[in-house]
Amino acid sequence: MNKNLYNYILGVADNSLILGQRLGELCGHGPSLETDIALTNISLDLLGQVRGYYQYAAKILGGNASEDTIAFIRKERDYKNVLLVEQPNTDFAYVIARQFLFDVYHVLFLDQLQHSRDLTLSAIAKKSLKEALYHKRFSSDWIKRLGDGTDESHSRIQNAMNDLWVFTNELFQLTEADKEMLNEGIGVDVTQLKADYYNQLNDVLNEATIEIPEVKFFQKGGKEGVHTEHMGYILAEMQYMQRAYPNMEW
Amino acid sequence: MKKNWPLWEVFVRSKNGLEHRHFGSLHAADAEMALENARDVYTRRNEGVSIWVVESKHITASNPEHNGEMFEPAQDKVYRHPTFYKVPDEVKHM
Repeated sequence: MNKNLYNYILGVADNSLILGQRLGELCGHGPSLETDIALTNISLDLLGQVRGYYQYAAKILGGNASEDTIAFIRKERDYKNVLLVEQPNTDFAYVIARQFLFDVYHVLFLDQLQHSRDLTLSAIAKKSLKEALYHKRFSSDWIKRLGDGTDESHSRIQNAMNDLWVFTNELFQLTEADKEMLNEGIGVDVTQLKADYYNQLNDVLNEATIEIPEVKFFQKGGKEGVHTEHMGYILAEMQYMQRAYPNMEW
Repeated sequence: MKKNWPLWEVFVRSKNGLEHRHFGSLHAADAEMALENARDVYTRRNEGVSIWVVESKHITASNPEHNGEMFEPAQDKVYRHPTFYKVPDEVKHM
């Protein structure tokens, strides 16, 4: 089995799984019916993408592996998502800031992944790109509305941005699997996306009258399986059914 | 938040060539948000290829109390329907 390809797929897919799970927590709790549906739509888009990736990963793994075992039966250290996506839904501003910081990256990433030499990954990327473009449109709009809205909304989105900015740099770090897949023309060189990413952030934040946070030390670790304290709680809820009733199906 | 948002009416064209039809209403702060909300609330299941939104206050509606004078006079004017013509057999799809 191609361990590097397997790890690479998880590195891509786990971001969408954990962000999708976080957004799913908001189902029925959105600030209005319209935003509630919008956020859960985004969650479902992400989970749909995840299924494509995990089905492919399960094929590589072979044996009894399935998209479900990959999603639900791994230990915390085996999840390779970035720290950004596991941050909590503190308030609507945090939800939007987290979404925006991920969406801008996600679009840049998928735009490159669609040219992968791996045809399955390329096909998933092409399909996902349209979804991610809409997510970015939605979250960018809200960044501007909150930033350029009331004093209250401005201070909340500024606050969320200040707190979450430390997690952005990790998006552009290369893992071992990333390097191997890059050499084979399968993976994306995320280091090349960084300048464009921060330029886009600057443009939107300027328009939203949000100050660019100054950060000296960035957080990292998620890609290597070293997560923040929030991750265990996410997995406890997400994996509950499979842990309590192993091999349960419906 | 929502109590400050005005109401919008949503019209969706389900296929090219068909007309936009009224799908429902929603709340949004402005037209752009109304369009995005309409996309998420009303076209998640592939219902549409085009959306119109219009703020509800811009719609002038007939008063139901005036239904008598507005609509009832038309009820007994069957001759306004083109039902008294014989359609030749050669004409299909009528």
